[in-house]
Amino acid sequence: MIVDILTVMWKEWKAVFHSQGSRTKTVLTLLIPVVGLAIYLPLQIGRPLVEGPWSLVASVFIPMMQVGMTIPESFAGERERHTLETLLASRLPDRAILFGKVAVAVGYAWGITLTVLLMSLVMVNVAHWDGQVLLFTPTMALANVALSLLLASLVAGLGILISLRAATVQAAQQNLMAATLFPVVLLQMIPLLLLNVVPDGRARLRELVAAANPTQILLIVLAVLLVTDLGLLMAAMARFQRARLILD
Amino acid sequence: MTEAAIRIENLTRDFETVRALDGLSLEVPAGIIFGFLGPNGAGKTTTINLLLGLLEPTDGRAEVLGFDTRTQAEKIRARTGALLEHTGIYEHLSAEDNLEFYARVWRMPVAERQARIKELLTHIGLWERRKEPAGKWSHGMKQKLALARAMLHRPPLVLLDEPTAGLDVMAAVAVRDDLASLAASEGVTVFLTTHNMAEAERLCAQVAVIREGRLVALGDPDDLRARAGGPRVEIVGGGFSEDALALLRARPEVGAAEVHDDHLTIELRQETDVAPLVSLLVGAGVQVAEVRHGKASLEEVFVTLMVEDPRQGEEER
Repeated sequence: MIVDILTVMWKEWKAVFHSQGSRTKTVLTLLIPVVGLAIYLPLQIGRPLVEGPWSLVASVFIPMMQVGMTIPESFAGERERHTLETLLASRLPDRAILFGKVAVAVGYAWGITLTVLLMSLVMVNVAHWDGQVLLFTPTMALANVALSLLLASLVAGLGILISLRAATVQAAQQNLMAATLFPVVLLQMIPLLLLNVVPDGRARLRELVAAANPTQILLIVLAVLLVTDLGLLMAAMARFQRARLILD
Repeated sequence: MTEAAIRIENLTRDFETVRALDGLSLEVPAGIIFGFLGPNGAGKTTTINLLLGLLEPTDGRAEVLGFDTRTQAEKIRARTGALLEHTGIYEHLSAEDNLEFYARVWRMPVAERQARIKELLTHIGLWERRKEPAGKWSHGMKQKLALARAMLHRPPLVLLDEPTAGLDVMAAVAVRDDLASLAASEGVTVFLTTHNMAEAERLCAQVAVIREGRLVALGDPDDLRARAGGPRVEIVGGGFSEDALALLRARPEVGAAEVHDDHLTIELRQETDVAPLVSLLVGAGVQVAEVRHGKASLEEVFVTLMVEDPRQGEEER
């Protein structure tokens, strides 16, 4: 099984790096996080980028963007280019195909995120050197590493589910964008609504934030993401049926 | 007794209200190129998908290399090669990487896969272009590459779905030549769907003809041609008068004689010397330019089978 997953990953890596059409796209999509989050932001914000929660911007934004661009290709791309039938007619087990594709999308996005975080750390230390190496706190390091991995997995799980049934890559991208934006919009709307509906909402929220333990909040968020990721992966495994994929 | 590579019993597949395959039963002996003929929509691709276990039958069963398609599909896919409706070639990858990927899929050891890729690409004349992205190639070259991919892991059985469809004449001939030589050198069983009768006639040791999902004929091409009619003589010339035709039809060895423009077709009751018939016609004032002696082509057999009621064909068998 592991060998089969690695085989699928080998092909997917080739697809990411050797695709003539997507080479420019790949460079452009790497340029935005590198220039914006690894160079510009550290120069502008300085030490608070490492000392405060600013680095979370990279940990949230990069995996969602990178996976959002690669995962729709997974099945919809194979279907669109008429390579899916041949892949399904091979000896590869269902799970090897599924996990191989998810692993590359997640690994690629996570790798870029960690690289950008490392670059931003170096940039802050170089540009704002005060005689001492500045590092992320253990909580922030855990938040960055775990959050980016789980968010990449979340978008990959959603994307695979959508891509399995989408007729084209474009349709898969549009549906995935809607599916990822919806919870984000909802998360922004709920506090605003509560602030307006609940009496003294603003004061209560301030109290809540002041009393909150960041590590606890982080662990709760990570646990929720982990459960959601596993749920999405299981749903994708259940939805992966060769007969359905052939007929779609 | 020859071992069967494929054994199909009463195989039926419905798609909602459409019956794509209707009680198909046949056996494909091991080690031959078997032609599965039928017009578009006859159920050829559905049959291949069922044999690979990619679709479940509505009724009936099939065994491929001794494995049940319902319960042992993974074992079947592990032992077969397939070239389906589309080439399935990754266009952004080079020809070598396309084969490399599938060699890894079939878990071929490194040294063996490198040697095999070189052997196959050399055989089909594409070794020098192995580093080029396959997407820049012509359809014929991609089809050859897909054929090589299907044979890569030396499977005992290869399923090919219309491998020359959409190719120009020269490309089709090249793919056909590659298929014939690869099949001969590798000794594989080939299950080939096509609606190209010349292809079936040239390549196949046995053929099955299906129409609307039902089997209408099965046998070797010679048998089918013989079944469609006995030996015949075609005479090209002029002056085919009614008197000459009456004289000809009176001969005991002549079953029928029909004139179409400058062609006279004589159906014979059995193999016989045609010289006396030609002499008789010349004596009756016919100008003979050319005499052709032969049987009905597979294409003529196919056309006849397509216009007959398929159920009638089933009853006759």
